[in-house]
Amino acid sequence: MAEASYPEDLKYHPEHDWARIEGGEATLGITWYAQDSLGEVVFFEGPEIGSEVTKDQPYAEVESVKAVSDVVAPVSGEVIAVNESLADAPEAINADPYETGWLIKIRLSDPSEADTLMDSAAYAASLE
Amino acid sequence: MSATTLTETPQQADRAKTIYEKSVPGRRAAQLPPLGEGINETPIDELIPAHLLREQPAELPEVSEPEIIRHYNRLSRRNFDLDTGFYPLGSCTMKYNPRLNERVAGLPGHAKLHPATDPSDAQGALQLMYLLQESLSEITGLPTVSLQPSAGSQGELAGLLLTRAYHDDQGRNPTKVLTPDTAHGTNPASVTMAGYEVVKVATNEQGGVDVEDLKSKIDDDVACLMLTNPNTLGVFDENIAEISSLVHDAGGLLYYDGANLNAIMGQARPGDMGFDIVHVNLHKSFSQPHGGGGPGAGPIAVSGRVEPFIPRPQVVRNEIGDEVFFDLDYDRPKSIGRLRGFQGNFGVFVRSLAYILSLGGDGLSEASRLAVLNANYLKQRLSEGRAGKYLPVAFDRHCMHEFVLSGAPMKKDLGIKTLDLAKRLLDFGFHPPTVYFPLLVDEALMVEPVETEAKSDLDAFAEAIESILEEAEGDATVAQNAPYTTPVRRLDEVGATRKPVIRQQIA
Repeated sequence: MAEASYPEDLKYHPEHDWARIEGGEATLGITWYAQDSLGEVVFFEGPEIGSEVTKDQPYAEVESVKAVSDVVAPVSGEVIAVNESLADAPEAINADPYETGWLIKIRLSDPSEADTLMDSAAYAASLE
Repeated sequence: MSATTLTETPQQADRAKTIYEKSVPGRRAAQLPPLGEGINETPIDELIPAHLLREQPAELPEVSEPEIIRHYNRLSRRNFDLDTGFYPLGSCTMKYNPRLNERVAGLPGHAKLHPATDPSDAQGALQLMYLLQESLSEITGLPTVSLQPSAGSQGELAGLLLTRAYHDDQGRNPTKVLTPDTAHGTNPASVTMAGYEVVKVATNEQGGVDVEDLKSKIDDDVACLMLTNPNTLGVFDENIAEISSLVHDAGGLLYYDGANLNAIMGQARPGDMGFDIVHVNLHKSFSQPHGGGGPGAGPIAVSGRVEPFIPRPQVVRNEIGDEVFFDLDYDRPKSIGRLRGFQGNFGVFVRSLAYILSLGGDGLSEASRLAVLNANYLKQRLSEGRAGKYLPVAFDRHCMHEFVLSGAPMKKDLGIKTLDLAKRLLDFGFHPPTVYFPLLVDEALMVEPVETEAKSDLDAFAEAIESILEEAEGDATVAQNAPYTTPVRRLDEVGATRKPVIRQQIA
């Protein structure tokens, strides 16, 4: 998507990651700002299903034409799904970072961590 | 030739053929005269034993001499190089390579020496290597130099293998190597290759190592800190003495990435700053041509505590009575061993020693002073006008040999990215600076003008940037679609990374 957008149903981490929290699970990805800064993504290397991700720690790498960057987990939990379609079409992270460009799904180990994240308005303000 | 489009030049549409594709069966660049009267042809299997003969002829290109000359001349004209124009590629020290070095390296005694020659028949070559070792030792302020590593990257790996050998010898087994987040990408790569874990250290507001962050990460599991000083932001780290004692007190070694040595030759010495291991890129500071993976050298200089472990053999100078004899010393029981066959790329050593001797100590000091002066002049020029507005300096203070600008305001206000500016610079006859490095500067543009460029070149470069920014205020698409005048237009870098074609398809 060409224009900046930060959906209101997501929670945001200052390292430009989002979490869509649904019950005890969350879908994670990178924000519009992150994909715009990275430039065109050419490779995504996700974690293993069953592994643990820890809030504020890197759990995966995205490679763009500019650089390889760590992806930081906004919340902690066990990986229950990895977006396999990104292997052939990593450009989905640029084209649609919140829907088809999602990265992983986790089972939350501490749902209260979500309270530390920003809402859409606070995150957008942090980018100014 | 196929029809060209607006996004392709005629040359781009007509893909460059390889020399193999130009091959025509039976065509020759040279013809041997017929055998004279009474001379008989000897069958090849009488000259070469059967088990060494090929079963199939080698697939060599069959072309005429003019085709060979035109093919390579055409390829060379498609390049932008130091003989073409200003090449301010940051962190690469693209200085002009004096022709004198080439002449000296091409002398038959240098160029035709067989690498297996016995030391007694290669005294001149060994003396030359010894002199280069001594020169680099003086420049780096460390007592011992090994010329074995054949690239900067191999120098880094050698340095980390030395680090491991040093700790092993003390019965220790630390597992971590610290690198600042501004480090060259090769640093963490070498660390990983040597089997260590990379731990990143943050950068402070002045662009140097964040000493508090460093303190929080130092313990007895740290094998080494790898540092470039001045660093990749072009900033000299004034806390180096404190950093050095912090690492040494924890039992670790200090590694100096010599990539930025061009800023401090004859001014400051890594050995005096407390570094234990330095690799020197002869292709940067010492005017060896940068060559796409071609013959190189990345000598390492080491402190006394690391000396027992350096690669062998080492070139040594022995005195027996009045006789001086240069030799290869294999008697180094703690050595990490050989890093390559024979003694290194000798022509590289000749060029670098020729450069060092022709400038002399004063000349090298002046080269560094001018490299720093040129960088500060250009930084000042680019802080004025539109460049100052759209391309602010990251970490604005006196720089060393290079500086980093951020294209973030340019991207936001004009809609052109650092990559677009870089591509448009090609149309003005300049090689672009390094882009998107270091990573911690948004839309980074890293400029290293080096000492061999005149003030008029620097002014012309600053004016080109001003013109491009002015042009983009009116029409951003000009830069977005650049370049227009190069042999090939904007390349599909994303496609090349996502779907690389690593083998040319022969039609």
